[in-house]
Amino acid sequence: MPNYTLLINGKKRAVTADADTPLLWILRDELDLVGTKFGCGIAQCGACTVHIDGVATRSCQMQVSVLDGLKITTIEGLSKDGKHPVQEAWAAIDVPQCGYCQAGQIMTASAFLAKNKNPSEEEIRKAMHGNICRCASYNRIEKAVKVAAEKMS
Amino acid sequence: MKSQLNANFSRRNFLKTSVLASGGMLIGFNLLTACKKEAVMPVDIESLNFNDFNAFIKISDEGYVTIFSPNPEIGQGVKTSMPMIIAEELDVEWSKVNVVQGALDTKNFKRQVAGGSQSIRFGWNALRETGATAKQMLINAAASKWGVDASTCIASKGMISNSKGDKLRYGDVVKEAAVLEVPENVKLKEIKDFTIIGQEIVNVDIDKIITGKPLFGLDYKADNMIIASVLRPPAFGQKLVSFDATKAKAVNGVSEVIKFGDKIAVLASSTWAAMKGKKALTAQWKDEKLESTENHDKTLTKILDGKKFDVRREDGNIKKAFKEADKVIERTYHSPFLPHNCLEPMNFYANVTTDKVHLVGPVQTPNWTVNRIAKLLGRKTEDIHCEMTRMGGGFGRRLYGDFALEAAEISNLVKKPIKVVFSREDDMTAGTYRPAIKYRIAASLKEGKVTGYHLKEAAINGNMYGLIPNFFPAGCIANYKVETANYKSNITTGAWRAPYTNFLAFAEQSFFDELAAELNVDSIQLRLDLLQNVKKNTDKKIEYSGQRMENTIKLVREKANWGKTKKEVYQGFAAYYSHNTHVAEIAEIVLKDGFPVIKKVTVAVDCGIVVNPTGARNQVEGGVLDGIGHAMYADFSFKNGKPEYQNFDKYRLIRMQETPKVEVHFVQNQLSPTGLGEPGLPPAGGAIANAIHAALGQRLYKQPFINEWKRSRVLS
Repeated sequence: MPNYTLLINGKKRAVTADADTPLLWILRDELDLVGTKFGCGIAQCGACTVHIDGVATRSCQMQVSVLDGLKITTIEGLSKDGKHPVQEAWAAIDVPQCGYCQAGQIMTASAFLAKNKNPSEEEIRKAMHGNICRCASYNRIEKAVKVAAEKMS
Repeated sequence: MKSQLNANFSRRNFLKTSVLASGGMLIGFNLLTACKKEAVMPVDIESLNFNDFNAFIKISDEGYVTIFSPNPEIGQGVKTSMPMIIAEELDVEWSKVNVVQGALDTKNFKRQVAGGSQSIRFGWNALRETGATAKQMLINAAASKWGVDASTCIASKGMISNSKGDKLRYGDVVKEAAVLEVPENVKLKEIKDFTIIGQEIVNVDIDKIITGKPLFGLDYKADNMIIASVLRPPAFGQKLVSFDATKAKAVNGVSEVIKFGDKIAVLASSTWAAMKGKKALTAQWKDEKLESTENHDKTLTKILDGKKFDVRREDGNIKKAFKEADKVIERTYHSPFLPHNCLEPMNFYANVTTDKVHLVGPVQTPNWTVNRIAKLLGRKTEDIHCEMTRMGGGFGRRLYGDFALEAAEISNLVKKPIKVVFSREDDMTAGTYRPAIKYRIAASLKEGKVTGYHLKEAAINGNMYGLIPNFFPAGCIANYKVETANYKSNITTGAWRAPYTNFLAFAEQSFFDELAAELNVDSIQLRLDLLQNVKKNTDKKIEYSGQRMENTIKLVREKANWGKTKKEVYQGFAAYYSHNTHVAEIAEIVLKDGFPVIKKVTVAVDCGIVVNPTGARNQVEGGVLDGIGHAMYADFSFKNGKPEYQNFDKYRLIRMQETPKVEVHFVQNQLSPTGLGEPGLPPAGGAIANAIHAALGQRLYKQPFINEWKRSRVLS
């Protein structure tokens, strides 16, 4: 199996894996970064969302072989102490029910807010539409994104 | 945990204390022993062993309190709300409380179940008494240290004080308290004195969730753990004939391929390798009885048209009422099978060795699962240790434990630690589905009144059980009959969030909306008028309260400005009692390019005392949106035994842009609390169907509603 060096959360990580292995399973199985979740494996649910060069990306669709030189950020690396404004807003609004999808939701929201500092309600709803929350905590996700946006602007 | 001594066992058989060798005091209690005898689970899922509940409280020398939460956490919030009740009566600051999920202890714990929205309802008194008893023991210990009468001492926020002004922290007296006699008949707080119950307490796992710490079954790892991906028969009604594992074994990381029953497990060093290996398998299957949705549809209709039913409840004389009616209205309602689709796919860890069996994972019924695994492997339950992880959703799916049995069986065969991991496709196609059901409801109308009500249920596999026939409108209509019949299918079915009522409530509440229109009365007024009859009804089998339902309906009517909204806003009303909680909802819809867009749902809930308002609202908000999502979009079908939906590309769950605002109001009272995991869901489908009728004049009889529109456009 070939070797790869990935840049994850600011650190170089060496992995040995088949070229077609999705980043999701590299993170979860090889690097013990289990905050990135498996939900569908076909880029439909958003539970596996990470940032690649700042862009919210489905890690289940990114093969390990195409990630050379790209900057990968996972939920574990979003902030040092869980104090990213989006994480703080998630806690303040008490968003999660089961909590499984929330890392993906937070990664989508944080990438979105980095580009759009003053989003409208419609823009927030559109940006978050790709992430499924099976417990349907959508009202709170929407509110938390709004609260985080206010903090970040 | 090793205790130094167990000096005192209470005469009360539900509580015992001991001094910890590591310092501090341990209080163990059996919850259900202290619960009322008549507390019965409304979800009587066959052979679950609902006996006892159990948990521990540890108070350290420093006064920190650790509460081992007894019940599995599936997102319903009990890991936060149950400890809140203990902490309230123990009178400690919430900031000093740490909550830990208790493991299944086969010696002491016999009832750890998440299901039927019953955790809070069952636990309320016992959790309060436990906290209060522990507090009294701490007071007694302090009083004896001071040489004063305990009645002159008080405790608050982890501190005991006497009338002379002396103070001792809980931590200062735990050693002494632990060896005292357990007091009887301790005084509980007045509800008005609550300082934790009723506060907005954020989910105890919040920091771990938002920073991606390992919490869920899928996150669990053990040394030398091997991942198993299982190929199951692709269609219900198929058996395995033969298979070829040559290509699967050639996949990097695959170590073994084994057959068990009609299934084949691919074992590998990583999840990706196991999944790839499974895809590389080829297998031959033998068809036995293959079923299709088309045939189910015909069969259920035939059942409804036939005469073979079991009577579940009968009042008055339905025949006479229908014969003498001015008008009879009859409607038939249809629902599809539904998969649960917990976002965390099914998974479980098992390590079967000659000494013991170690199980770890997300399961709603740890005790029942352990018993079945003991039987399957021919082991003693004492040898089996089961740890529960947080669950990425449950919705009923994790009641069944089939995934844990698979893990145990494979581990037993290969004698290695195994984690079975379902792909989404495995999860959606090897389900225990909400069965397809049809309801035929008929009502007789005479002189402006509903004189008779006749409901027939035709369902796949099971039927509505026990209490449901005694829900509204039982007791409201003099001539009343509920009958059920079913068709036995080889497709596995089971409980799905708010079993049966998740669809029944839509059917019934749409039907009443239609009756109100027929009688030319306000839809809410019709319900309120009918509820007056049940208030006078003395039948003890009637499950709901006419008065509480009336209060709930009036609250939602006021909060949603029923009938007084802008011209372009269309409202729909539904109310339903289930899982001991009364709920009423008003949905509001506007039309956008001729299509209905759900903008808002106002909800009134009577669940008694609200233990944790933020958690409670979260459950109701989620329940309402879940109800809307499935009524609107969720379709599922079988062709020749094979599920026609496998993943979220075709199977549609509600997403952000389709969600209305949900506004939740609680009826204020001081009655004992009831659960909220399910009751918000059932009325939602009816409320939106009735609002859609108000907007478009179109009645909906079949879920999912989206199929009713010819153009398959997004309703948002």
